[in-house]
Amino acid sequence: MKKIEIVQNILEANESIASQNQRLLDEYKVFAINIMSSPGAGKTSLILQTIARLKDKLRIGVVEGDFASTIDADKVKDEAAAVVQITTRNMSEQCALIANMVSHALKCLPLGDIDLLLIENVGNLLCPAEFVLGEHRRVVISSLPEGDDKPIKYPIIFADADAVVINKLDFLPYVDFDIAAFEKAIKRLNPEVKILQVSCKTGAGIENWCSWLLDELKANRTGK
Amino acid sequence: MHELGVTESIVKIALDKAKEAQASRIVKINIVVGELSGFVPDCIEFYFDFVSKDSIAEGAKLHFELAPAEFRCRTCSTIFHSHDSTWTCPECQSQSVEITGGRELYVENMEVE
Repeated sequence: MKKIEIVQNILEANESIASQNQRLLDEYKVFAINIMSSPGAGKTSLILQTIARLKDKLRIGVVEGDFASTIDADKVKDEAAAVVQITTRNMSEQCALIANMVSHALKCLPLGDIDLLLIENVGNLLCPAEFVLGEHRRVVISSLPEGDDKPIKYPIIFADADAVVINKLDFLPYVDFDIAAFEKAIKRLNPEVKILQVSCKTGAGIENWCSWLLDELKANRTGK
Repeated sequence: MHELGVTESIVKIALDKAKEAQASRIVKINIVVGELSGFVPDCIEFYFDFVSKDSIAEGAKLHFELAPAEFRCRTCSTIFHSHDSTWTCPECQSQSVEITGGRELYVENMEVE
């Protein structure tokens, strides 16, 4: 019997494909956002609002990730410059997108005709936190009906986020969601994070979200 | 469930290293899993039997070492472990902390014949 020292990161294969994805995106000057949240928090709604506000300024592509169905791709297909649906049902990872799935999606997209790529991850606050895709920014959406305890229950996804979008602000009169406590719970782990309040239903706050996106896209292009 | 892909990676790493070492059988694989990582040892074990079947890793024992959650206080730089979810610095009671450990997922070593 002999012992072999290994010390090899098990997620290295995913991380290496993610780096290749990012190199490809950079080559085509595509700025990619990984949008994560629980199911129903408003990922598709935020994507639709973003396209509605920015489609005159940017060519926007979308990658939709779901366990099953093409419902989300059908919703955005008339609005986006291009859309690809990934269904994870028969894949080795079902609960999150992984870099390899995005690598295949990128091959199906006209990258030369896209400025901004919105990647909608599978609705889940746990698994997507573990898999980088090659994105330039990570965004988490939390909606008021979910409750303000999500950063305490799922800290990792919030600790790694570049921005957190609080959606369904129009629900504020009906739910006990302490926005200050929610923000504090995130900032203690992630002091640099940008927190934005929106309602995809009324359009409130979408302007600020789009300004953040445009600023980040510019910062990425100038290599900041 | 996302442990199938991870288990495939573990078996691939183990088989590659066993080949390099010209081993004929993998007896035990030691894996470090962080307490805060989203990976469940039981699920990896469940998939391992099926992923390693008909390879020299078939029948190998998986041993998991749990790496504890570790934090660095952003106020006084104290490194500490926390066994509850309050994650408060034991020195200055600050709640502003950086996660410095507990997210690991790696194959540490293995025993072969």
